[in-house]
Amino acid sequence: MIVADKKPIEEIIETIKDHQSILVLGCNECVTVCEAGGKKEVGILASALRMHFLQQGREVNIAERTLERQCDHEYLEEIRDIIDDYDAVVSIACGVGVQFMAEKYQSKPIYPGVNTLFMGVTEARGVWTERCQGCGQCILASTGGICPVSRCAKRIFNGPCGGSASGKCEVDKELECGWQLIIDRLKALGRMDDYENISPLKDWSTDRAGGPRKVVREDVEL
Amino acid sequence: MRLSYPTSIKIIRVPCTGKVDILHIMRSFEKGADGVYVVGCREGDCHYNSGNFRARKRVEQAQQLLDTIGIGGHRVRMCNLSSSDGPLFVKYAQEMHEKILEAGPNPIKLAKKKAKAA
Ligand code: SF4
Ligand code: SF4
Repeated sequence: MIVADKKPIEEIIETIKDHQSILVLGCNECVTVCEAGGKKEVGILASALRMHFLQQGREVNIAERTLERQCDHEYLEEIRDIIDDYDAVVSIACGVGVQFMAEKYQSKPIYPGVNTLFMGVTEARGVWTERCQGCGQCILASTGGICPVSRCAKRIFNGPCGGSASGKCEVDKELECGWQLIIDRLKALGRMDDYENISPLKDWSTDRAGGPRKVVREDVEL
Repeated sequence: MRLSYPTSIKIIRVPCTGKVDILHIMRSFEKGADGVYVVGCREGDCHYNSGNFRARKRVEQAQQLLDTIGIGGHRVRMCNLSSSDGPLFVKYAQEMHEKILEAGPNPIKLAKKKAKAA
């Protein structure tokens, strides 16, 4: 899923302070799972904002809504009838949702209420970690299912580098060395021979380096 | 045991303190409560194992949020007791009652009146 974290409420207040009627808009997908932008977080943020503005002597209209997703036309259309009741929207979906909202409702200010971080997993309750950077040409088959692009700080393909010590990465003593993980897993799979194969240069044009990417599937296009 | 506790306290029953969310606490203040305290079983005694630990975390988060928006986190508290401990229940109620008397009324009540008048 896409992992996001809440923005400090002070920052949100600063961006919306001049508006009089605001919609706080959540998303039922990834940000609900990582407890940053779901229906519950919408309720808590809206309640805190209402109380904050009241304390400033202003009764600001803060409404709450949570859509199934903010990255699909059909769900974003659900608010077309009500959007003009508000002079701004705080979207606590990931950056994708915020942008799609902004594209769809051209004349409405849309502000982000979360910081979007990475594609990752729920490692434990309250702990999320990165797993994939969407490089566009997955090589997990040869690295024992562990991604050197997202889990090695230097994104190297024939690791580890000289900074790997006791299983930790040199950039941060708390961080596991991605290449140590790859080697451990290849050993467990009895595939250490694979480790001896030198990876060729990676074609980064499918990654962000090639500019914003696009997938067109004629088989499913309408 | 017919103990009495301050009449200012309104009890909202939940099956386990793990049911209490920050949202419930925030809404209570929005509706004008002067303080909220959550009374759970003793730590380690939760029938659902971690309900009261979750409640404690949420109380802490609500405290932070209420501090940030100027309501004051000191108006929220987590208490733990054994369900058969009547005297301790009364003690917590009295402590909370006194704490709130000291803190004064929830500023939102006054702010709402002012905003309406403006
Ligand atoms: S190799 Fe690329 S696509 Fe595969 S997990 Fe890593 S970043 Fe994601
Ligand atoms: S120590 Fe390991 S994870 Fe860190 S940069 Fe070197 S190879 Fe990559």
